[in-house]
Amino acid sequence: MALDNQKNREFKIVGTRPDRPDGLDKVTGRAKFGADAYATGMLHAAILRSPHAHAKIIRISTEKAEKLPGVKAIVTREDFSKKVTGENWNVLENVMAGDTALYDGHAIAAVAATSSLIARDALKLMEVEYEILPHVTDVDKAMGKSAPVIRAGASDKSVPEGLHPNVVRYHESGHGDLSAGFEAADLVIEDTFKTEATHQGYIEPHACLAQLGGDGKGELWCCTQGHFHVQKTCAALLDIETSALRVTASEIGGGFGGKTAIFIEPVALALSRKTNRPVKLVMNRSEVFRATGPTSSTSMDIKIGMKKDGTITAGSGVFRLQGGAFPGAPMEFTAMCAFAPYNLENVKQIGYDVLSNRPKQAAYRAPGSPMAAFAVESIIDELCNRLELDPIEVRLKNASREGTKASFGPKWDRIGLVECLEAAKQHPHYSAPLKKGQGRGVSSGFWFNHGGETAVTLALSEDGTAALSVGTPDIGGSRASMCQMAAEELGISYDKVRTTIADTATLGYNEVSHGSRVTYASGLATIKAARDAVKKLCARAAKKWNIDEEAVIWEDGFAKPSGPNAGDFEPIPLAKLTKSMGRTGGPIVGHFEATPEGAGVSFATHIVDAEVDQETGRAHVVRYTVVQDAGKAIHPSYVEGQYQGGAAQGIGWALNEEYIYGEDGRLQNTGFLDYRIPVASDLPMIDTVIIEVANPGHPYGVRGVGETSICPPLAAIANAVSNAAGVRLKELPMSPVRILEAIKNKT
Amino acid sequence: MNKIHVNTSVNGDNLEFLCDPRETLLDALRDRLNLTGAKEGCGTGDCGACSVTLDDRLVCSCLVLGVEAEGKSIGTVEGIAEGENLHPLQQKFIEHAALQCGICTPGILVATKALLEKNPDPTETEVRYWLAGNLCRCTGYDKIIKAVMDTARDLREAS
Amino acid sequence: MRLLKIKHKIKVNLWSGLKHLADGSTEVEIYANTTGDILTSLVEQFPSLKDTIDAGVSIVIDGKVMAYSLTEPVNSENEIYLLQRIKGG
Repeated sequence: MALDNQKNREFKIVGTRPDRPDGLDKVTGRAKFGADAYATGMLHAAILRSPHAHAKIIRISTEKAEKLPGVKAIVTREDFSKKVTGENWNVLENVMAGDTALYDGHAIAAVAATSSLIARDALKLMEVEYEILPHVTDVDKAMGKSAPVIRAGASDKSVPEGLHPNVVRYHESGHGDLSAGFEAADLVIEDTFKTEATHQGYIEPHACLAQLGGDGKGELWCCTQGHFHVQKTCAALLDIETSALRVTASEIGGGFGGKTAIFIEPVALALSRKTNRPVKLVMNRSEVFRATGPTSSTSMDIKIGMKKDGTITAGSGVFRLQGGAFPGAPMEFTAMCAFAPYNLENVKQIGYDVLSNRPKQAAYRAPGSPMAAFAVESIIDELCNRLELDPIEVRLKNASREGTKASFGPKWDRIGLVECLEAAKQHPHYSAPLKKGQGRGVSSGFWFNHGGETAVTLALSEDGTAALSVGTPDIGGSRASMCQMAAEELGISYDKVRTTIADTATLGYNEVSHGSRVTYASGLATIKAARDAVKKLCARAAKKWNIDEEAVIWEDGFAKPSGPNAGDFEPIPLAKLTKSMGRTGGPIVGHFEATPEGAGVSFATHIVDAEVDQETGRAHVVRYTVVQDAGKAIHPSYVEGQYQGGAAQGIGWALNEEYIYGEDGRLQNTGFLDYRIPVASDLPMIDTVIIEVANPGHPYGVRGVGETSICPPLAAIANAVSNAAGVRLKELPMSPVRILEAIKNKT
Repeated sequence: MNKIHVNTSVNGDNLEFLCDPRETLLDALRDRLNLTGAKEGCGTGDCGACSVTLDDRLVCSCLVLGVEAEGKSIGTVEGIAEGENLHPLQQKFIEHAALQCGICTPGILVATKALLEKNPDPTETEVRYWLAGNLCRCTGYDKIIKAVMDTARDLREAS
Repeated sequence: MRLLKIKHKIKVNLWSGLKHLADGSTEVEIYANTTGDILTSLVEQFPSLKDTIDAGVSIVIDGKVMAYSLTEPVNSENEIYLLQRIKGG
């Protein structure tokens, strides 16, 4: 559905900042998250995990555990479907190991018992005989000749011949003549960059409560970004029918992409089926780190040529991503996003998806894009430094605009990169003086955004209020913006709309809350459903006035005759039409079911000031400004919240966070003490500027904002830290040790 | 293992429960007393989502054993509002959009209430260090800090 | 009587990694009226592309990304690019 052809529409509710509808529940502790559900007769489950990075499972002995009083059932891979194929097979292989443990933390078996303490005790009584295999956890080593083959035959047809079997997918794109482009440059810089894997770090561990009977009918409560996806996948993994399983999404304690994946729900369902009792399964934090989430780690070679006037003549990038022991590292996105902010005649990007003995990577906010920006934008910054050019001017000079050819091929639709760069240039932050020991960095970032399957129902009540059911779990306050859009269309006040995340039995299929799609797609669906209801309301008024339906218009919550020709009737308010709806044709419900295509892409530019302690190597962010295109901000506070949250996660990724594997292939830092996400005292206030370049694919112009905010930070912070330290940092995180070493090697 | 009988007070109510000596206070609150406002984010005292007060001292309830509640007075997020009247902090958190997913919110509210009772006029830095033990992954803390500072200002003006 | 619809001649731009699966070219010509036709025709003409297309691709029509839809109309005037399926976190 295209942008409304209503120039200068004056919104009454959209663009304001009302209190979120779930606010009261969340500040009083009564909001129910994944682990907050209890059922009568409930059992507690726990999962046995591999202590080895790579090992053949010779035998699993469960006899001792089964004899422990209170233990009711144990499941292994045998208890799941034998028929799954494709990506579902990968999901099952990750949910419960087959004949091989592929990473430290890989699930081997699970137990259900009358208490969680007994379940944990039972794990200690299970004996697994392993044959330890050689392992590899580093992406470059995993591509090397001597690397152990993690899964023979896993490569698809895209992979050129002669590469190690751990390379399972290959991407190549670009255009122009690279060598001519580099030839035309006054300065060419080429370098290698690395980023470590990070975790989404949501504070709520995965949790679910499952009931499944021998009749194949079940109920599942879980924290997820997409309960319809959970329903479909669990049904496949357990060999039951999709519609026979009803899934309800709990409140979700953070996801950031990590809760688009499925880990424990099929296990709880299998245990429930075996015991015919409800089973609750909650991960602990260590399990979350070892077996869920992380991003890919990367190794990237970038080469960029620039003229003295700042024109970029060519750019090339090779991106190697490991995504754990399963295909799917988002290297094609890393490749496609890398040079997206630049209008380049000559560009080429190559991506490798590499297997290693690490957990299956999961999406994390704009999967693959932040790392690409780190590598590319670091070189752009270095070129600007050496050619003594202003980094924003150079970015403006080469910026992608409507109609220019994207680095990955097609020409751009209306985009807001230039507007972001201009706003950043004019922001007081950009011209503020720096103190001694401080450096400034800027970076742009890009993400595609997504639409996806969406179904929404809006039911009007007799008293003139509206019950809106959406199928996309609310991860960051989206119910508030849904209420705003529905109220705006219906012409009623914000608090007369209640938005519920409906279960899988109530609505048609809704794709996961990912790809920054909720405010775009569920928002568009809400507007459409409200307009559907309005059409029905107008029909009721038309019937009452005995005029054509087309002769009735809807304005500010009233049905009105469209003009003098339609007749002279007193406008009827919504509440009056709904009061009599039972006797004028029945309930009035608006619907929308479709797959909106038209999610506008999004760009951002970040400005960062960082301070580096030359003696300890500690880097600290002292000032941060986010400028990002939101298309149209429905609830500006929650748009700002997405900007600030993305920036903060980027600060963690850039400075502290990393997966540390020992020589034994085991994850060394499986808690928040050693895997340090930013705390309040680490951060400054995060300033935000909302740019609104309307997305032509949404009636109000909305673009998703959730993901793009994490694209520029790694690069912007690295540029600030490098400029403060006086030496280019090429590896993330920029821990004190790495910074000190870089300073030492400089002199 | 035999369970132990514990007498305690939660949010002013005298309560009793039976718990395994290995169970934490957080387990007891959630699984024995049906008070699920305190959350388990880590179980190791690193995230603060389980923050409660124990005889007016701010603690991570995942690091306290259930049996240690014997004879003590516990305050949880469920006790912050008075009937239908929200505490000013709760109101400001909603008003400032200081929560996104809301999983850390109970712990942060318990912690900031304890702060303002001790120090009604904290600096931004003092708020940031006080809350350094309460992880929030969604907000970047910006709006949380603003909500706390704004509440403190209002409370000072009101007193 | 069955109506035979004349299909539009469409130039489809592939990412260069697909070259070796499409007779060494990144620009291929097929006949199609919709995004769905494009995918069907591509597989008919270049059977080696089947796995890639089955794994998920998006089609960009004049700069607008169509992540899933098989029913979007296309004609000879459109600029058409194939991309790997767009998703997100």
